Formats: sequence, structure tokens, C-alpha cells
Amino acid sequence: MSQTKITVRDFDFYYGSAKVLHGITLDVPENQVTALIGPSGCGKSTFVRSINRMNDIIPEAHGEGTILIDGKNVYGRETDVVSLRRRVGMVFQKSNPFPKSIFDNVAYGLRINGRKTKRDIEQIVEKSLTRAALWDEVKDRLNGSAFALSGGQQQRLCIARALAVDPEILLMDEPASALDPIATTKIEELIYELKSNYTIVIVTHNMQQAARVSDQTAFFMLGKLVEVSDTKTIFMNPKEKMTEDYVTGRFG
Amino acid sequence: MTSLQRRIVSRTAEVFCGFAVLIALLPLAAILFYVIREGIGALNLAFFTQMPKPVGEAGGGMGNAIAGTLILIGLAALFAVPVGVVCGIHLAEYPGSKFTSIVRFAADVLNGVPSIVVGIFAYGIAVLPVKRFSAIAGGVALAILMLPIVIRTTEELLRLVPSGLREGALALGASRSRAIFTVILPAALPGILTGILVALARIAGETAPLLFTSFNNRFWSTNLAQPIASLTVQVFTYAISPYEDWHRQAWAGAFLLVMMILTLSMIARFAVRRLERMNRP
Amino acid sequence: MQRHFDRDIEEIKELLLRMGGMVEQQMGDSVRALLDRDTDLAQHVIERDRDIDQMELVIDQKTIELMAVMQPAASDLRFVATIMKINPELERIADLAQDVCERAIELNREPALKPISQLPLLADHAQRMVREALDSFVRGDVELARNVIRQDDVVDQLTEDSFRSLLTYMLENPRNIASAIRLTFIGKYFERMADNATNICEMVVYLVEGKMIKHTPLQ
Repeated sequence: MSQTKITVRDFDFYYGSAKVLHGITLDVPENQVTALIGPSGCGKSTFVRSINRMNDIIPEAHGEGTILIDGKNVYGRETDVVSLRRRVGMVFQKSNPFPKSIFDNVAYGLRINGRKTKRDIEQIVEKSLTRAALWDEVKDRLNGSAFALSGGQQQRLCIARALAVDPEILLMDEPASALDPIATTKIEELIYELKSNYTIVIVTHNMQQAARVSDQTAFFMLGKLVEVSDTKTIFMNPKEKMTEDYVTGRFG
Repeated sequence: MTSLQRRIVSRTAEVFCGFAVLIALLPLAAILFYVIREGIGALNLAFFTQMPKPVGEAGGGMGNAIAGTLILIGLAALFAVPVGVVCGIHLAEYPGSKFTSIVRFAADVLNGVPSIVVGIFAYGIAVLPVKRFSAIAGGVALAILMLPIVIRTTEELLRLVPSGLREGALALGASRSRAIFTVILPAALPGILTGILVALARIAGETAPLLFTSFNNRFWSTNLAQPIASLTVQVFTYAISPYEDWHRQAWAGAFLLVMMILTLSMIARFAVRRLERMNRP
Repeated sequence: MQRHFDRDIEEIKELLLRMGGMVEQQMGDSVRALLDRDTDLAQHVIERDRDIDQMELVIDQKTIELMAVMQPAASDLRFVATIMKINPELERIADLAQDVCERAIELNREPALKPISQLPLLADHAQRMVREALDSFVRGDVELARNVIRQDDVVDQLTEDSFRSLLTYMLENPRNIASAIRLTFIGKYFERMADNATNICEMVVYLVEGKMIKHTPLQ
């Protein structure tokens, strides 16, 4: 039985006066993959971005409720957002490598944390690129521009970059939606391997991907959490009719 | 409309556009032609290395004026670039605030102020108090002219940086200012440099403000607290003089000015294009 | 929202029901061939089995194709699994009907034995169970499905009883042994048809409720 890494209780989110998340309550188990599925605009991206408070950069956006990571409330008054984001890494839908070399991209997080000697950084960069299944492809051109990589490689670079700061949790917002099928498969296999060391939350609009990759699936609809259960149950015998209808493609 | 009619209309429009382009390019071509024809005769080694000779003597050059112009635009950049870039950063980071709109408006207005007015203002604050013309005063005047361009360019280019880069930096635990200075600003740098080079090209050709601030100097001078020669003022002085020899040198100076501005513009295009190639996703 | 796969699902369902109808027909005919000692009818049944085998292949193929292109989930997934399990059950029932007819033909070459009451009863039960199993599938009637499953005990009992009666015949007169043994086999065939019907009902419960009750004793 897995420990719970993230505990969400009665979490609401507002853009100005518009309430977009209603009383979300769910547990995210440690070292497992939790997938969030649901039709467009159902709030799954908003929710995942609330976990590392990336929504803070949107003016007039605020969250209320409890999101506990290892017992500490992310929305508590004493929370330091900067150190929160070092423990909770994020990979975005559109890969966003910095206009720097491959090495500097991965080392970025390390350098801004004031970390480490040159040798340490080199080791961590190699380890992260290896973990992201990218090392062999780039080891001879670490000083080359990150933009010389293909789309799938760039996304894996972003994953390596996120892993370099050694987060405990990895949030992925539709990480493969801009990629071709082969690159997508590589990312999915990567996720499968990473979960033994990281807690992963992945937002996806591709249900089969959620089925392939996740241990637990949460179905969102219109800002509410309709059903959350282990993935096999959701895809074989869901409890809620809305879940059933969504998963069989009868709507949305 | 039949197909034939359409083709006729299209052709006519093409020809018309071609003519319009030629007419637009005419002044530039005319200037270049004239300046080259008149000025190339006076261009020799002496022009670049020697100082102006006293009235009546033949020969001499504009070496000090060339150096002076370079020093002046260097000073202007020193004053205007840091202030302008930081200001541009603020405008880009707080796009909604009232303060931002006011500053933006002020920059636009400043951009339109006639350069002679700026010169008089610089006279008031940099020359009168010390009762002396100086290179620094000239630098101040040129900096004020340069400032709006740098501010606006910086702001626009920062806004053009894809938001994904900022999010990526923030998500790794960078504070807002860290993200700006380590990721967003470097990404916008090629464009900002272009803006600076364009601004430099513009102020290199200013004459009126320098008349009140750096004045002129017939001798070689690198003392920033003293008046300093500049190509533009020198060309002006020689052009209104009655001496043939000086007229020719004025043409040469004009030619040099045009070449300098052309070169700066070309550097802006090509060097920056290379930087961009590294940055383009 | 209508999905174009719904048409494919309906088509497969219809094919299965048509096959079910054919199987019911075979069962009925085999019972009549047996009781009326009608060799021709028995022959017919044996020949028609080929059609049912064909149907099984077609349904299998279509279901696998549906899986390939639809990647079904939830109830659709359970539907596909159910079809793939009911399909061979029906085919086996038909095979058993064929076996009944083969034994019937052999029996008809010998003089008739004194009829025993349990055999027609047994046949009747088995037929009813198969019919109701198919009904429960069509209507998604889990109540009916569970009732059919409970009936299996009755059938088992009847099979046991008919065997005992046949045993008596065998003991009375050794010349009866051959026919009695053939009738014993026939009893077994009907018992297995009832088991097949039970299996079908278990899948119906799985389809509707998502619960697998195979190998679990029913309360």
C-alpha cells in the first residue's frame, strides 16, 4: 500500500470571481502515476498548476483549501513558493527549452540554487540526461543549442532539466500532445520507468495514454472531480455514469 | 472580370508598385551618388589622421572629429542603455499598471521632441552649472535622444519572448527577477542589441544638440570635461565656411557619416541574425 | 452522442442472437429426432452444424476487428469480452446437439427402449435454460441470469436420476446395455448444454454489473 504524497481536501480555485475548481478532494499516492482526464476546460490543467502554484503568475487567480505535500499546506502562509517549485517539478505541453546549450539547460536549475562545484554539476547533468533517456543521443553535443534537437528530444530535455534539481514530485501537463507517436511512446516508457523514484501527476486528453501509463486515474468535469479510482477500474468498470460515458466516447 | 482583364489589372498594379519603389529609393540613391562624387576626392589618409589646419592652410583632416563622434555615442550608450533596458524591463513586467502607461506615454513623447530642444535642455542641466561645454554634456544630450528607442525596443522584445520560457524558469524554482535576468533577457538580447545599434545610428547623425553641449574642438581631445569635436558639427562648420578646401572636406565628412550609419545598420542586421539563429526554436 | 462503433456493436449482437436462434433450433430438432426416432431429421441437424461453426468464426473475426480499431473501454470492453466468451459456448451447445443426433441415429438401429421420464424432462430443462440465457443477454436481465444459474442444480439432479433409471434397464437385460449407454451419453450431453447456458449467464452478469461470478457459488 502506497503512502500518500499529496493530500488535496476541498480545494477551490478562482480566476477573479469565477470559480473554476469546486471542492477537489483526492489523494495522490507516492511513487505512482496519477492521470487526470476530462474534456477541455474541465479544470485539470488548472488543478495541476495549483500544486506548484504556477497559477500565481496569473493576476487575480487564487486558490482556497488544502493541498498538503508531506503534511505541509502548499497554500499556507509560510510556504516559500520558490522552494516549493524546487521540490515539485513541471513539464509543459509545449516543450520550452531555454535558448542556451543543452548542458546549460539541464544545469540551469542547479546553478540558480547556488549549488555545487563544476564537477558536481557535470555529474548531475549526465545523470539527469541518462534518466531522461537522452544521454546517448546528446553526449557528444552538450554545448550545442537546445533548439537543434527534435521535438521529442526537446521534451525529454525539459524532463531532464526538471529532474536535475531532484524534485520529489513531477507534474506533467499533456507532455506528449505535441509529439509524434514514436516520440510519445518514448515519453510514456520514460514515465513508466521514472515512477519508481518520483511521484508523477500527468494531465492528458488522450484516454488510452492515461490507461497505458497511470496507476490511478481521476476524471474531472466542469471543475469538479467526478470519480477517482485505480486506472483499471476506471477503464473496466467505472462507478459513475458520467465517467462511463466519457471513457466510452459517448460525449466530450 | 475575365481572366484577361484580371491579368491586365495585376500587371498594371505590379508596374505601379515597381515605380513607387524606385521613387522611394531615389533620394537615397541621389544622396549616396552626390556625397560619393563630391567627397571621395577629399578622402585620404590625412583626412583620418590629422587635425584641422588653421584657416587658410591647405590640407588637414577630421581625425579628432571621427574620434569625437565615437566617444560621444559611446557616452550616450553608457548613459542610456542601462537606464533604458531596466526601464523597458519594468514596463514589460507590469503591463497593466498606471505608472507603466504614464512612462510609456512619456517615452513616446520624448521620442518626438525635436533634437534641438533636447540640446537646449542638456545645455541647461549640463553646461550652465559648470559654465563649460563638455563631451559629457554632449553624451547626456545624445543619451536623452537614445533613451526612448531603447526603452520601447526592450519592452517590445521582452513581450515577444514566449511565455513558455518564463514558466519553465519559474517552475524550476527561479524567482521572478532571476527568471528575467537569466532567461528572458538573454532570449530578447539579439533584438535589444538591434534596437541599440539602430539608436546609435540615429544619434550619430545628430548635429543640433551637440552645438549646445559638446560644441566643437579643433584639437585632439579625449578629456571628457572639455568640448570635443564631432563629425556632424565639423561638417556643419566647414559647410557654411567660405573655403573651397573646407567644402571638400565637409563632403568627405558627410560621406563618412553616411558610411558609418550604413555600416552600423548592416552590422545590426547581420551580426544579430547570427545570434538569432542560435536562439530560434 | 452516437458513435459509429455503435452500429458495429449492434451488428455483432445481432449475429450472436441469430446464432443463438439457430442453436435453439438445433436443440429442439435434436430432441424431436431423438423422441420421434427420426433419422432423417437427425441427419439434417448434423449437416446444419456446419453453418453454426461458420457463424462462430465470423463473430470472432468481427469482434477482434472491433477491438483493434475501437480500443473499447468500460462497458464496451466488457461487451467485447462477453461476446468472445458466449460465442464458443453457443458453438459447443450446437456440437452437443449434433452429438445427440449421432447417438439417436445409432439408437434407431436398435429396437426402442422403454421410455424413461427423466430424459424428456432433462431435455426440456436444458432447452429452457439456453433460451432464457439468451433472453437474459438480450435484455440485460441479471435477475433472470441468476435464476438460470440456480436451475443447474435441477439439471444435475435429473441427469443423475436418468442415469439410475438407465442403470436399472442395463441390469434387467444385458441386451439393453448398448442403447442404455447411448442414452446415458445423451443425458450427459444435455447436462453439459445446461452448463454452457450457465456460463452464458455468468457472462451476462459480468457485462451488466462488472462482477465476475464464475466459480463463485451462488447464494
